[in-house]
Amino acid sequence: MTSKERQMKGKKGQITGKEWPLYEVFIRSKNGLAHKHVGSVHATDSTTALEAARDVYTRRQEGISLWVVPSREITASDPEDEGMLFEPAKDKIYRHPTFYKIPKDVEYM
Amino acid sequence: MTKSGKPKSTTAMTESITGKDSPEAKAFQKKIDADITIEPKDWMPEAYRHTLIRQMSQHAHSEIVGMLPEGNWIGRAPSLRRKMILLAKVQDEAGHGLYLYSATETLGISRDQMIEQLHSGSAKYSSIFNYPTLTWADMGAIGWLVDGAAIMNQVPLCRTSFGPYARAMVRICKEESFHQRQGYEIMIAMAHGSPAQKVMAQSAIDRWWWPSLMMFGPPDADSPHSAQSLKWKIKRTSNDTLRQKFIDVTVPQAEFLGLEVPDPDLKWNKKRDHYDFGEIDWDEFYQVISGNGPCNKERLDARIKAWEDGKWVRDAALAYEQKKQAAAA
Ligand SMILES: [Fe+2]
Ligand SMILES: [Fe+2]
Repeated sequence: MTSKERQMKGKKGQITGKEWPLYEVFIRSKNGLAHKHVGSVHATDSTTALEAARDVYTRRQEGISLWVVPSREITASDPEDEGMLFEPAKDKIYRHPTFYKIPKDVEYM
Repeated sequence: MTKSGKPKSTTAMTESITGKDSPEAKAFQKKIDADITIEPKDWMPEAYRHTLIRQMSQHAHSEIVGMLPEGNWIGRAPSLRRKMILLAKVQDEAGHGLYLYSATETLGISRDQMIEQLHSGSAKYSSIFNYPTLTWADMGAIGWLVDGAAIMNQVPLCRTSFGPYARAMVRICKEESFHQRQGYEIMIAMAHGSPAQKVMAQSAIDRWWWPSLMMFGPPDADSPHSAQSLKWKIKRTSNDTLRQKFIDVTVPQAEFLGLEVPDPDLKWNKKRDHYDFGEIDWDEFYQVISGNGPCNKERLDARIKAWEDGKWVRDAALAYEQKKQAAAA
């Protein structure tokens, strides 16, 4: 069984098996930076997931803020759709400033 | 060389590489060759997935079982400073185990399945943790030699081809360095201490030296999974290369301590620019791996007992959550 199948087994937010549900952990290392994915923990609810994430992932002041998200709530794009999703942007080089030639004498642009 | 206890699964992997020439498999190897990291949802050969599950879960189990020999000394640390340090180190090892279980789960195996495999004996852990910790000097030797060898093994894994594994290894490597340094600091204190302490320090290196060299795994010629793992960049450096590197950096550290490395054949080879060293007793290695080490039973019993003793906590937390959800429905 893949992790996807396993995660989809239960209804939203519902515990089915004997194993505690999985939560993905995100840490903001300091103000001004976005939260970044670091791993996951098992917990029965989001409060204990936060506590576990704090114990497992921040033993050396790695962060000042934590997010935990039930893994089954994450919808991810399929790697097979990578081309379809992201390649159309490839030939649109006119979306980048370097596409345009501006005379040297023009300043501040 | 006898290999009485050697596991027999050496051909299982090669057999399971079916469809090696399929377009997907070719595209996969091309990505690997171009150093493009493989992520959990990407297509991968089943044998790659299985090799990773085996290696990563074994690595996770080693971190977890590895807490036991050192946990044994937390209550008997000689000072509050040493006790705090040892406690922090053992907590780190728990963390390492958890990072690695979490990374392995992305391959589709559940944590309970992995723990089941450890307890049933179908998954292995590093044989080094089946040796006893007899004196406080063993805490020094473990940090210095065992964590030292682990670092040598783990640094190349920060570039392993599977993304979650590589990222977990980066975190782990950042944390390991303190483990080795605190161990060496203990060795300095013991080696420069009373005559009795010096004897303890020497006895520790005598007992831990050879098992530490075995941590790099069998010689390349006898390492069944190595070639494929190197091709897949699961492994980045061969066992013998890492072992030699470890010996070369560690021998001068032993000399600094004024301790003897228990190998009469050890000597610097100017031509090779490496230390030559004596024959490793691989029979012992295979014996310990297959369950006949001094502490195999004790270690597994301790893990199983911890799991069983914790069952009511796991059940109670689940029951409480189910009750809350029922009330909210
Ligand atoms: Fe570790
Ligand atoms: Fe360590």
